[in-house]
Amino acid sequence: MKTKVLLDKKAIERTINRITHEIIEKNEGCSALSLIGIRTRGIYLANRIQAKIKGIEGIALPVGVLDITMYRDDISKLKSPVVQKTEIPFNINNMTIILVDDVMYTGRTTRAAIDALMDLGRPKKIQLAVLVDRGDRELPIHPDYAGFHYSVNLKEEVLVRLNEIDGKDEVVVVRSE
Amino acid sequence: MNWGKKDLLGISELSKEEILFILDSTESFKDISKRDIKKVPTLRGKTVITLFYEPSTRTRTSFEIAAKRLSADTINISADTSSYIKGETLKDTARNLESMNPDAIIIRHTMPGAPHMLARIIGSSVINGGDGAHEHPTQALLDLYTIREKKGQLDGLKIVIVGDIAHSRVARSNIFALRHFDTEIVCSGPPTMLPPHIETLGVKREYDLNKAVRNADVIMMLRIQKERGGTSFIPSTREYSTLFGLKKEHIEKAKQDVIIMHPGPMNRGIEISDEVADGPHSVILDQVENGVAVRMAVLYLLIGRES
Repeated sequence: MKTKVLLDKKAIERTINRITHEIIEKNEGCSALSLIGIRTRGIYLANRIQAKIKGIEGIALPVGVLDITMYRDDISKLKSPVVQKTEIPFNINNMTIILVDDVMYTGRTTRAAIDALMDLGRPKKIQLAVLVDRGDRELPIHPDYAGFHYSVNLKEEVLVRLNEIDGKDEVVVVRSE
Repeated sequence: MNWGKKDLLGISELSKEEILFILDSTESFKDISKRDIKKVPTLRGKTVITLFYEPSTRTRTSFEIAAKRLSADTINISADTSSYIKGETLKDTARNLESMNPDAIIIRHTMPGAPHMLARIIGSSVINGGDGAHEHPTQALLDLYTIREKKGQLDGLKIVIVGDIAHSRVARSNIFALRHFDTEIVCSGPPTMLPPHIETLGVKREYDLNKAVRNADVIMMLRIQKERGGTSFIPSTREYSTLFGLKKEHIEKAKQDVIIMHPGPMNRGIEISDEVADGPHSVILDQVENGVAVRMAVLYLLIGRES
């Protein structure tokens, strides 16, 4: 097992700053905008982006949490995944929603997340923000905001660690021998 | 924890950890029933059969709605419209159904142990929807969920179960579940309806309902089981109603925030008065609502994963 650090604390901070500015720029003032983090690490990234937007624009965007377990297409391969709650305390109809996830890979998680959102209402737009895009898509889905691109080979795994849950901020590539 | 069981046959074979795992999973499924679109694709392509040899409205409908909200296909078979009346044995019926590759069979039968036999001979998941006077595990799970929802916890509660304990699978499953927790369980009813050695289950007996309900947090009423000869254990339903029917005066003796439960169907005026059944302490309809969510969680855990 070899570990290589892709992004350290400072680099993550800068990347989130850039994504935040891109979101503000693309959505011109952030009206009718909301952030929805995909469990688990998407939640913390969404919270951080929300705090930064508040600092820049002075607007506190609503933040929701999406659990996609019930919408996965590989659910039967998981060993008893714990179903957790989706908590979206606002009406998503006619909202522009920024879905936030840590790593973008096959695109299947995003597909499940979009399906889950559609069952909750009819958002005006859904955009996707990810911290790391590791490529190898299996579906025609692409992020609107990608923090860092990294092409991963089959023996490698990208892990995002965030202070809120892992005790420190870093993005690492783990390579199995 | 990882859920490793193929079947849900009874509460007695579940650990405290497994019971809590089901209750915790239920939380997320309850939300689905409150949405505009009450369906998720979780069990798409799965087939669920309900095989009922005894009448039922609540349990069968509840399982069917639960399966449908998870996108499973459901088929309902009841004894009076099946080959059972042509003399087919349960074993043969089960093997024939199995040949059609269902993922789960929910069975209700008058004979205790029928689901257990089924689980041994077929590969599909088997869920006990009530076997004679033995067990009714999903009822106990929805009762525990409802108690926890209303009281915030299961520990430190006094729970009174009133009525025909001897013939009640609901009572048995609830006792098996509740004794994992720090609860005081009191069974009340006429001597003919309380099993002689019920204390061995870790519960108390109290023949006087007025004493039993004192300081109760939860009062769980049971139905007089006419189909299991319930009325032959009491001199008359009028006497039963006088001594063991739950009335307003009993509620006043219990804790202020006592909740009244009943698994249904109610015999109004016999074991429960209208003013109690429809009163502010009644959580009887919450039980029905939670029943769907609990059964969604159970179906998900049993057939929503690779065996």
